[in-house]
Order: sequence, then C-alpha cells, then structure tokens
Amino acid sequence: MTADTLLKAEGIHKSFGSTPALSGASLSITAGELVAVMGPSGSGKSTLLHCLAGILRPEQGSIDYQGLELTTSADSRLSALRRSDFGFLFQFGQLVPELSCLENVALPLRLNGMRRRPAEERAAEWLERTDVADLAAKRPGEISGGQGQRVGVARALVTQPKVVFADEPTGALDSLNGERVMRLLAGAARDSGTAVVLVTHESRVAAYADREVVVRDGRTRDLTAAI
Amino acid sequence: MEGGVGPGGYTCHVYMPCIVTVMSLGHTLLGLLEDHPSHGYDIKRVYDERFGHDRPLHYGQVYATLSRLLKNGLVEVDAVEAGDGPERKRYSITEAGVTDVGAWLARPESPEPYLQSTLYTKVVLALLTGRAAADILDTQRGEHLRLMRELTRRKLDGDLADQLVCDHALFHLEADLRWLELTSARLDELAVAVRR
Ligand SMILES: Nc1ncnc2c1ncn2[C@@H]1O[C@H](COP(=O)(O)OP(=O)(O)OP(=O)(O)O)[C@@H](O)[C@H]1O
Ligand SMILES: [Mg+2]
Repeated sequence: MTADTLLKAEGIHKSFGSTPALSGASLSITAGELVAVMGPSGSGKSTLLHCLAGILRPEQGSIDYQGLELTTSADSRLSALRRSDFGFLFQFGQLVPELSCLENVALPLRLNGMRRRPAEERAAEWLERTDVADLAAKRPGEISGGQGQRVGVARALVTQPKVVFADEPTGALDSLNGERVMRLLAGAARDSGTAVVLVTHESRVAAYADREVVVRDGRTRDLTAAI
Repeated sequence: MEGGVGPGGYTCHVYMPCIVTVMSLGHTLLGLLEDHPSHGYDIKRVYDERFGHDRPLHYGQVYATLSRLLKNGLVEVDAVEAGDGPERKRYSITEAGVTDVGAWLARPESPEPYLQSTLYTKVVLALLTGRAAADILDTQRGEHLRLMRELTRRKLDGDLADQLVCDHALFHLEADLRWLELTSARLDELAVAVRR
C-alpha cells in the first residue's frame, strides 16, 4: 500500500442469494484521482461501488480506508464515515423532493452537525460554483434533470469529502448536459483534491478520469495498469 | 494539435485536419473567398488559422487550387498589383462559385465506414489459433481510452473550436469502442462461427 493510497479493496466477494455479483474484485484509489469503472450491464459495477462506500458488506475480501477495515466495521461507524468522508452522486433520485435545492445541498452539512446559517451559506457558494444559484429556492421536482445533476454535484462536494462515489451520474442526460456535469464534477474534484470513483458505461464520460477499471463477471481488470 | 499516432488514424494530429482535407479544398477556399476577395497568401493564412491547425497548406496547393477554380469560372481575378507572379492577383468568387459553395454545403457527406478491419482480422486469427482474443480487444480498448483521455484534456484546455474538433474525434472513438465492447460480448459466438 503506497503512502497516498486512500482506499484499497482486495478480493471482494459479494452475492445476492445464490447470485454472485462480485467474485474477487480489487480496486485501489489514491488521493485526488479520478477512476472510471466500466463494464457490461450486470457485471457488478454498482455492487463494487456500494462495497467500497461501506453501504454493502462483502462476504469475503478486505477494504482498507486509511487504516480502517470497512468489511468488519460497525454499521454506525460506517454511516458516520459516509457522512464525514464520502460524497455520493447517482443517476437520479439523490435529492429530497420536499426540500429546496439550497436545503438539499446544505443537508449533508446539517447531518454532520453544522448550524443552519453557515450550512446554507456554504451550500449557496456551491450552487454558485455549479452554475445553478438561481435554482436555490426551487424544489427538485421543479427543475430539469441536467439542473438536478448540477445540484447533485454541489451536494456531493459540499462537505469536501475525500472520495465521491458517482454511479452513472450522466446516465439520464443528453451529451451537452453530460459534458457540463462531468466538467463540474471533474473540475471541482481536482480543485479540492477529492478522489472520484465514477461508474459509467459511456467512454466519453470515462475519458474524464485518470484511468479506467473494467468489471467483467464480478472481477476487475485495470487496463491502464495492465498495458 | 499534438502528434503521436493512435488507433485507426484517429490522432489529434492526423485525424482532425482530415476533416478538412477529406472534404474538398476547392470548396473551402471558395467559401473563404465568398466571405471576402483575397490574395492567395491571405487565403492560405486564413485557412491555416481556421482549419489548418499544425498542418498548414503549401502555397503550391493553394495556387493550384485557385487556378483550377479560375479555369472552371468559379473565381475571377479582380485586381492585379504591379509586378508578376500569382501572389499579385486578388481573387473574388463568381456567381457560379457562390452557387457551387451553396450546393456543396447543402449536400450531406457519405458516412464513412469506420470498420476496424485490421482488428477484426486479428480477432478472427486469434480465435482460429487459440489465442486470447479478449486480450486483443482489451488492449485496443485501453489504447482507445488513452487517446480519448488525451483529447478530453485537450478539449478542457482549449477554446470552443478545439472543443468541437475534439468532440468530433471523441464521438468516433466512442463508436469504435462500442464495437469493441459488443465484439467482446460476442466472442464466444464468434469463436463458434469462426470454427464452423
Ligand atoms: N439488491 C440486489 N438483489 C439481488 N440481486 C442483485 C442486487 N443488486 C444487484 N444484484 C445482481 O448482482 C449482479 C450485479 O449487479 P450490479 O447492479 O452491480 O451490476 P452493474 O454492473 O451495476 O449493472 P448496470 O450497468 O446494469 O447498472 C447482477 O446480476 C444483479 O442482478
Ligand atoms: Mg449499476
């Protein structure tokens, strides 16, 4: 494990009932790098992402996050870690429909115990940064998918996480909006030294990353390193 | 544009100027002349700035093209400065030239078959000789993505013109990659077909 390795998963096995989703997947991420995870549908990409983020617990293998073994950590420890160190961005649905965009972006800070005023001030800065400041008062149901993803980027990065886990963040967007989201995500992550694990089936989106890992039949293959 | 040869000729260096060289140089120069009458050296300079990237035109190409356009009545010489030689002439577009540019712009280009014939050959040969065809596809995939990352970096650093040119190459590379993925998913099927 090199000095700047942030997260290292080795030999991960995870099944759902009798369906094996991962059978010996490995992935390591250094601080601040963008890694694209690609592979056919059903190959285990989302399952891998969820294991890495401490959402799913694998049956076998190890996941080391800065000295903490995630596979054996208590649920409470894992959810605290997710709030403090990780950010999340999904294809859709990560925004709470009852809250305004500003409140949505402020939410991760509030969950970490920050007071309302400073949390909303910081959220407003992030909405500015992702070019959706004018949507602050709107509810998620009142904005477009592309705008929603830009709010999502703000929400994922507002706590200045060490790692952002993004699962098909551009999957529901057209090319132009996908580009905008990727520019924002990659740009902001690089500026703040945040590592990104980016699951995508679009190679143009994967091309924003520093390297790619391919998942096939529950196993990983690092093409950048292999060649 | 940066140099370096990539897969299938999709290099920043070679591929992008192809966008222009594949299409007719004559029509491009005509279009520039429709904008305003120019001397040969001015046309070359404007062309190089707009479309040439690091592949400037040769003067010879410019003057050969202009004299062909002149012969076909698509341009005319509207002023000649003192002295002689082709660089003294100022060219302007004719009615026929304007019509020709219009027709060319309105006509769709025939879609290019970007079939990876070499790769296909390699995959079939690998299957026939019992080698790992999947590795060939994976290696190619890695190489394609390496170039796509390079183009993406270039795009992020560039102006709008760079972005559009890079995106064009990126979409084509993406199409190749989809073919690689699909072929990869069909290798078992292909193996059976190849041995039949
Ligand atoms: N909650 C679940 N319950 C049961 N099976 C599941 C569950 N989640 C995933 N699976 C199965 O695990 C395997 C891997 O699924 P996963 O969602 O990780 O694939 P993926 O690579 O993300 O696919 P996609 O590109 O379609 O999103 C699949 O066979 C899937 O059906
Ligand atoms: Mg998935």
